[in-house]
Amino acid sequence: MSALKPPPADLVDPYAGLRVATRARIGLGRSGDALPTTALLDFQTAHGRARDAVHGVVDYERIAGLLQPLPSLRLRSRAPDRASYLRRPDWGRRLHAEDLPALSALHGDYDLALVVADGLSAAAVNAHAAPLIAALLERIPNWKLAPVVLAQQARVALGDEVGEALGARLVAVLVGERPGLSIADSLGIYLTWAPRLGRADSERNCISNIHADGLSYAQAADTLVWLMAEARQRRLTGVELKVDAAPALGEAARNDLCLE
Amino acid sequence: MAYHHDLGVRRHRFDDLKTLLACASPRRSGDELAGLAADSDERRMAARYALAELPLRSFLSEALIPYEDDEVTRLIVDRHDAAAFAPVAHLTVGGFRDWLLSYAATSEALAALAPGLTPEMVAAVSKLMRNQDLIAVAAKCRVVTAFRSTLGLPGRLACRLQPNHPTDDPLGIAASTLDGLLFGAGDAVIGLNPATDSVPDCIRLLEMFDALRQRFEIPTQSCVLAHVTTSLRAMERGAPLDLVFQSIAGSEGANRGFGIDLALLREAHAAARSLKRGTVGGHCMYFETGQGSALSANAHHGVDQQTLEVRAYAVAREFQPLLVNTVVGFIGPEYLYDAKQIIRAGLEDHCCGKLLGLPMGVDVCYTNHAEADQDDMDTLLVLLATAGVNFVIAVPGADDVMLSYQSLSYHDVVATRHLMNLKPAPEFEAWLARMGLLDAQGRLPPPGADSRALRQLLALEGLSR
Repeated sequence: MSALKPPPADLVDPYAGLRVATRARIGLGRSGDALPTTALLDFQTAHGRARDAVHGVVDYERIAGLLQPLPSLRLRSRAPDRASYLRRPDWGRRLHAEDLPALSALHGDYDLALVVADGLSAAAVNAHAAPLIAALLERIPNWKLAPVVLAQQARVALGDEVGEALGARLVAVLVGERPGLSIADSLGIYLTWAPRLGRADSERNCISNIHADGLSYAQAADTLVWLMAEARQRRLTGVELKVDAAPALGEAARNDLCLE
Repeated sequence: MAYHHDLGVRRHRFDDLKTLLACASPRRSGDELAGLAADSDERRMAARYALAELPLRSFLSEALIPYEDDEVTRLIVDRHDAAAFAPVAHLTVGGFRDWLLSYAATSEALAALAPGLTPEMVAAVSKLMRNQDLIAVAAKCRVVTAFRSTLGLPGRLACRLQPNHPTDDPLGIAASTLDGLLFGAGDAVIGLNPATDSVPDCIRLLEMFDALRQRFEIPTQSCVLAHVTTSLRAMERGAPLDLVFQSIAGSEGANRGFGIDLALLREAHAAARSLKRGTVGGHCMYFETGQGSALSANAHHGVDQQTLEVRAYAVAREFQPLLVNTVVGFIGPEYLYDAKQIIRAGLEDHCCGKLLGLPMGVDVCYTNHAEADQDDMDTLLVLLATAGVNFVIAVPGADDVMLSYQSLSYHDVVATRHLMNLKPAPEFEAWLARMGLLDAQGRLPPPGADSRALRQLLALEGLSR
């Protein structure tokens, strides 16, 4: 009797052959017209993690320790708290007035300033900022580097004011990207030549999607070094810097889908 | 011209019409970000009193964005139908609200009035309306459009099936599409946001959707939501394109930010129309909008985000679209902070679009940094279904894995149709019945493991070219 044979896989899960092709939540089944309990709880867990990432706090003390002996400096944006930060992106793009003098005192001749910004994912910055910087430093032993700026309630454009105050020729902002349900700790890097207040987003290059299932630290650092060398040679960043030729750019970077 | 209203011991002054409108708007983060919002709730009410007393005609003589500077203003002014406007020409904005809610404002009267209304009149009256009013008035509006399915009929709720994939993998897209079809989604459109905006990729995806549609003889239309210029090139190369998509906004500058102007849309509309691919109708444009887009493009001219949103509908109206939807919660908390603001904006956009004669749908959605969750989407979906929304958008499990935001799940569409006794588009409903997916009551129960439709649709060899 055929009942003795195990049922074919597509009867156990008719979606089995399709799930490998997408992360989308297909074939969840139905409880009446609604989501089955497990699928409901899975979704709410993912959303909870994403919210935790948005509202979390970066442990900059720990990151400063990991970066040593590299000097670092902590700064605030003009957004006093998370709720204001989310409502007022303009505040997150500007330095707190009280913090500018400490930065200006460090003005010097720098090839590169690194800014770590919490952006929209504390989880991404906590997990990936320090190891990514370590991978980068291995690749640029001869670059003159400014003290690393660790910025709280900060968006990408904060790097413009920081880079200008430091006198750096390039600024790279490492920022926590807006969390999705599947990945809550994705880090992005935005590179800007000749940073100064008022730079447009079209004047930056972006490397997105740095996380355990996305770009590795080595891939991201290779790409960043390639972009920095091109930027220094051509004295620009942005849409005119053709990123097509860059190695290992993440899919999101190619598609202008960088999520601040 | 300045406007005044005395409230209590204070005289509130509003320097011009756009200031008055902005101050009368319900509180939202985007207007606060732009520095346009009323700085107190009392001032907001003073603005509403002043607005309520304002003759509707005022909007015909005072442009919010100058005629000379902006082609959207020119479109609004040049297309205004004075004869259609005549029945309400004597009313104030407050009187207009009363009339819209009255029994005199029947579906027929509202349809006849639409060409006589400007976006600014509609935005103004919406600022005096509660959520209940927005639902009640929208529910009286009927806007029916058609291509291979007929949308907007009474007692129907259609759905855009959105099978997005982070790398446009054909099998991954097909998987999400077939999953949705089994829930009865896709009667409004099977519409993909492509991961890359290139002409060859767009053609490849259009061919895949067309093959799928023909293989299962599905009475619906597909759309790859690429830039209008990409769609134009694809049509030139003979791609099987049903609908031209474009994001649009309410000022010339914001549209320039999207890389479009009216001339380009006219060119694309003419090209798509000439393909004559529709079977039951010829509406072949699909537009998306959303409050805040003009501010984010730095082209808001000091006009509040809701009024600018309604001006975008004047752009849409010019091209007799099959589908228009606001992507209401996608833009983020700096424009709509929380569920209260998202729900209000969704109801405003739907009602205002319907009053202007548009086939309005809504992407009921939010991002992870907004103060909202799926419970709030449940609320907005039921409110919109009550208001007679033409269509909503759904993705597998409410999780868009390409755009990283949450919309509705296919489940939500089935649940709402059953709860509120709403049917899919008639042609699509007949197809679902042919596929054996409907029961004797016309409902769509969970398919069993031996379901014929399940086996047919999931037998995918050949689609994953």
